[in-house]
Amino acid sequence: MTRITLNSLPGFNFWVKSRWPQLIIRAALLGGFLIAILAGFFGTQVGNGNISIVAVWIAWWAALILVAVPIFGRGWCSVCPIPMPGEWLQNKAVLGPPDSGSSSKSGRRFPKKIHNIWLQNGAFSALALFSVVILTRPIVTGWILLALILVAVGVSLVYERRAFCRYLCPVGGFIGLYSQLAPLELRVADSSICASHKEKSCYRGNDQGFGCPWDVYPGGLTANTNCGLCMECLRTCEYDNILINLRSSGDNFSQVRGQGLDTSFKAFIMLGSAMIYSAVMLGPWSELKDAAYQIGSLPWWGYAIALLALTWVALPGLFYLTTRAAHKLTPSLRNPKQTFNIYSGVLVPLSLTAWIAFSLSFIFANGSYLWPVLSDPFGWGWNLFGTAGIDWTPYLTQFVKLLQVVVLTAGLFWAARKTRQAAAVMKAPRQALPVTIFTTFVTFILLWLFIG
Amino acid sequence: MKTEIIARAAVLLLVFGASLVVVATRWVHDDGVVEVHAAMPENGGWLPSNISTQVNEPLQLRLISDDVVHGFALVQSDLEPVDIIPGKPIEITLNFDQPGTYTFYCTRWCGANHWRMRSTITVESDTPNLIENEPSPPLYLDLGIDLDAPHEIPDLDLDRLPSADRGQKLGIDLPGRYLSREYYLSHSPNQAWEDLRAEPFSVVLNDSQVWDLVAVVWPAATTNQSLIVGQELYNQNCAACHGADGRGDGVFALDPSDTPEIDSMGNEVVHPPDFNDPTQMYGASPALLQGKILRGGMGTGMPSWGQIFSEDQSWALTDYLWTFSFQDLKE
Repeated sequence: MTRITLNSLPGFNFWVKSRWPQLIIRAALLGGFLIAILAGFFGTQVGNGNISIVAVWIAWWAALILVAVPIFGRGWCSVCPIPMPGEWLQNKAVLGPPDSGSSSKSGRRFPKKIHNIWLQNGAFSALALFSVVILTRPIVTGWILLALILVAVGVSLVYERRAFCRYLCPVGGFIGLYSQLAPLELRVADSSICASHKEKSCYRGNDQGFGCPWDVYPGGLTANTNCGLCMECLRTCEYDNILINLRSSGDNFSQVRGQGLDTSFKAFIMLGSAMIYSAVMLGPWSELKDAAYQIGSLPWWGYAIALLALTWVALPGLFYLTTRAAHKLTPSLRNPKQTFNIYSGVLVPLSLTAWIAFSLSFIFANGSYLWPVLSDPFGWGWNLFGTAGIDWTPYLTQFVKLLQVVVLTAGLFWAARKTRQAAAVMKAPRQALPVTIFTTFVTFILLWLFIG
Repeated sequence: MKTEIIARAAVLLLVFGASLVVVATRWVHDDGVVEVHAAMPENGGWLPSNISTQVNEPLQLRLISDDVVHGFALVQSDLEPVDIIPGKPIEITLNFDQPGTYTFYCTRWCGANHWRMRSTITVESDTPNLIENEPSPPLYLDLGIDLDAPHEIPDLDLDRLPSADRGQKLGIDLPGRYLSREYYLSHSPNQAWEDLRAEPFSVVLNDSQVWDLVAVVWPAATTNQSLIVGQELYNQNCAACHGADGRGDGVFALDPSDTPEIDSMGNEVVHPPDFNDPTQMYGASPALLQGKILRGGMGTGMPSWGQIFSEDQSWALTDYLWTFSFQDLKE
């Protein structure tokens, strides 16, 4: 398993250990976030003429799904501006660290019973119910962005570290899920150094940095899921024992222990949401679109129930039956729940490629909306950079369907490979068959939704 | 500590800098341009609802659509209608050399209440010798026509639509008064038929043949140019409800099988008349039709166009309406 350690690159350690670059980037993004909120409230309510919609739901979302998550994993979390104000209040500093270090420990611990991503799953599903309105109405986007900041601040004032990011952020949940596949990882070089280091400054903090804001002990990191790549541990480690590595994608995608049920459900929610979104936003069914838009109406209730039923009941239920069938085909030592959790991991690459395919459909079609809103972010008739007059022009749309087929097929093969690995770990190779049938079936549905 | 202070200053600049520039540009700096928002009437219509300016002072407007495509037109002016595309604000400059109240309106079928999208520009003058244009009263008032009195002729017995071609072939030299614009404007086809029926030369004609003579009278008082202008106005402003073929089946009209209803803004909406139906048309004079256009249908859903159309435009539109029930007029 080859890994390339980036720390050995000239200047790398300086740039990641210095607080300034990250602070500047995050502050600039927070400034942009504020502009998006202002645009949502005071700008034109025409979605494609308002930067809150175009920058957040077209540009940012596409960049997140197509680039940031697949390559950098939680890279976005390392520069995300949402928790910043809360962190400043928590740390009593914008740059820090304070002389005594470890101020991240201020506040209460987040309730242990919900040290999982169920709340994130619920938050994502809740937003998904209103997504068509959120994605098209600037004022609703403004409220959502403001609410995210306020909730993050509120949680930071009550609980220690970045509890909002770890347990509540509706975006953080799936970024964590997909970061398992990313080629970028943060790991320790020598775990024995960590084991013998009593101060555990990476977790507690010292005068060089704060204790891990993500409540993770870096010495025990085996997966990317909960590491926010905030770089604090690189600053606090007294032995330079923390490394940033490049690896082949998904190397830590553990099939041995399986993932928790909360994470398994996150995969189903993401997969089902990709299906529903593609049907609503890309499909030819105007009634479905209307139903998703008319919040509170009877058709909307039907849409909401269908979305929740698909993501929380139908897909997991069908997959559970699949894993039961796999278990019957070749019994293994794992109980049904373990089998379910282990195999549900194969849906992670499948659902990521579904989201990539979905994002391709709108970034090429709607990406050109970015140029006019850069010059006229509020739709007030400005022309800051001379691009306000650029008309909507879909790019390379003739290749989008081909790209989607390639991406979804790659996702299927990736999932099949993971299935085979999992079955091998389970010492039950034939179990791969029903699971592969399931992932193939899902891929065909996705192909039908995207390609028609 | 010094580093922390610098960091805080940098953060303040980065976080709030752009927003402060936006706020300052938007709400503190006045660029002299009046922002006019267009939205479907259900969403507020034109905002502001009135704009004030001075005579001979250029009035710069920034037109912004808040929902769908709208159009901006100023009544009785040379300004070509301007489309207002959502997300694409557009600026125009108006000049007024006379004081008065000028109506502007939407020229795109933006919704069922599209025709309610009207607003005004009040042009004031400090110079007392500038005189506001006072329009002359419409003809229907001079003639004392009651616009709301029933004018339909339910028992009109026509076995075929009148034809000017057939009328010409009768070889009757109609007296000049019938072919004058004044006669046409003040008489309904039915009145013209009664007048012609009473003429000595009609003794030998049957009723259908007299109707054919009426069909000779009607095109005689109109011009091709008038019909072209009228058609353009009709398609732009009337067809949404009355239908492109004048059958009262436009996209915003009630379905013929539906009962009259109260619309989303609390107004009663009835079925538009069928302009192709002689029983509904031949009892109305051009003056009456023009009056209805100018005043509106008063509770029927038919808007008032008196502030929108010039006198020539309203007559051109009236002329065009007859093309539906006098087929020869179109040709």
